[in-house]
Amino acid sequence: MASATSPLRKKLNTFLFHFLVSAFAFIMIYPILWLAASSFKPAGEIWTRVLSLIPVEPTLVNYVNGWQGFGGLTFGVFFKNSIIVSVLETLFVIISSTIVAYGFARIEFPGKKIWFSCMMATLMLPVQIKIIPQYIFFGYLKWINTFLPLIVPKLFGEAFYIFMLMQFIRGIPRELDEAAEMDGCSRLYTFAHILLPLLKPPMFTAAIFSFYWSWGDFLTQLIYLNNPKLYTLSVALRSFADPGGMTDWGAIFAMSFLSLLPVLVLFVSFQRYLTQGIASTGLKG
Amino acid sequence: MRATLSKARKIRNLRDGYAFISLWLFGFFSLTFIPLLFSFYLSFTDYDLLTPPVWSGLNNFVTMFTKDPRYWKSVFATFYYAIAAVPLRLVVALAVAMILNTDRKGVSVYRALYYAPSIVGSSVAVAVMWRQYFGTEGILNVLLNVIGIPSNISWTGDPRFAIWTLILLAAWQFGSPMLVFLSGLKQIPNELYESASIDGASGLRKFVKITLPLLSPVILFNLVMQMIHGIIVFTPALIITGGQPLDTTNFYALYLYRRGFENFQMGYASGMAWVLLVVIALFTMVIFKTSSNWVFYETGKGR
Repeated sequence: MASATSPLRKKLNTFLFHFLVSAFAFIMIYPILWLAASSFKPAGEIWTRVLSLIPVEPTLVNYVNGWQGFGGLTFGVFFKNSIIVSVLETLFVIISSTIVAYGFARIEFPGKKIWFSCMMATLMLPVQIKIIPQYIFFGYLKWINTFLPLIVPKLFGEAFYIFMLMQFIRGIPRELDEAAEMDGCSRLYTFAHILLPLLKPPMFTAAIFSFYWSWGDFLTQLIYLNNPKLYTLSVALRSFADPGGMTDWGAIFAMSFLSLLPVLVLFVSFQRYLTQGIASTGLKG
Repeated sequence: MRATLSKARKIRNLRDGYAFISLWLFGFFSLTFIPLLFSFYLSFTDYDLLTPPVWSGLNNFVTMFTKDPRYWKSVFATFYYAIAAVPLRLVVALAVAMILNTDRKGVSVYRALYYAPSIVGSSVAVAVMWRQYFGTEGILNVLLNVIGIPSNISWTGDPRFAIWTLILLAAWQFGSPMLVFLSGLKQIPNELYESASIDGASGLRKFVKITLPLLSPVILFNLVMQMIHGIIVFTPALIITGGQPLDTTNFYALYLYRRGFENFQMGYASGMAWVLLVVIALFTMVIFKTSSNWVFYETGKGR
């Protein structure tokens, strides 16, 4: 039994751990690598050297062809639309959610418990239940085929971010606000000058989440955006890869990969924020 | 003096509290609560968006439950999917989390790699790719041919396998429950395992007696959230299989979308949405009610 802790045994264990874990990791990200590799393969290579991750004759022709888009609209238009929608949605939802989170986390007022329960219940509410009445409502306002139905609701905060920010605010010592209040500062001042600076990191985490959910959203964009000029990447890719339509798979893969690139870059740069965000909201739920 | 002060304070709190949450409160009523009531009303009508809603009583629900075989098929497909995909995802997530719960070098890189599929997994781009992955000329067939099993079927087009390509896509995204499990595992004190080892407990016994009970609140949370997500899955079904073959992947959310936004039967679709809401509420309630039997709360043990 003494050999169980011998240096050789330990090294072997470490080697085995890294070998198995990285082999499994490779299988897990293989689909993403495959998509990237296929986008650089010439048409003849994609379905003949399927498994290979290294194109024999790497080419950018798929990107050039894919960028042309369809119906006279290039992918530049769809990228622009996705950026407008994602950036505005994120900006609005983070500002509003932070304000609401402060109210719920720091002020004792009658009715708070009920409203808080209502808010948490909306976390479990499936989008499907709201989407029909909201569609009718926004249709009545003549907002179909504009970005407004996607962006305006974000002005009123969202339970996920409110809850996430509340968790963080609860970790900030109350004495901080109380001291400010003693000095005669108003609530708004305390919020804006004492708490807000401390809230930058969780707001940033929330913003990354929001951006990548807006970027990947499909159902609401599909319903409200019927004019190809307003298509976001999700909706455009769906039309682009329509099974009945074109079969230039190289171009489809190129545009698919390009559409994932911003979230992948964001993830690689800020993965610490994302993983912490998931862990903290997940546990306390 | 004190009483009046606290009264002034109470009034100020009332004013400030509602001022700060007013944004959310307005959104809740205008975009959630009233729409919910309106959709409840619509579910008792026929409404095609062009002519005003016509009251039809329980007709939509009667049709749904007794006259629409596609409805039941979609219910079946959805449950099949959720019951296969959610446990699969959670088991993989827990297994990987336990393996990664060490101090070895490079763990943070592995964690990021395993989480990456969750970042992109629900996008249209990945769905488009997945369809090719399991197509006639896709990776799976190429691999099978390499190991000597000739195969040229379209996995997404075969009624026996199509739903499994979607279940696999869901399992692939085990990243976020894995992260939640990981941070749960980190909070289990190491001394528990050490003293169990001294008592001669096996690895399996430690897992059943220490890890599972202490992790059970986290498992509960994951189970509820993942179940809800599983029941309302939409994008992959629309893009990868289109609900086909033979409606075997015509999931509830997809069928609801088609009834509402392709056939413009808003009344029927609202009815479907309300049934969905009730089922999710019941489901959540059952999981929470039974949880007292299997979820272990540290604070409840007389500390």
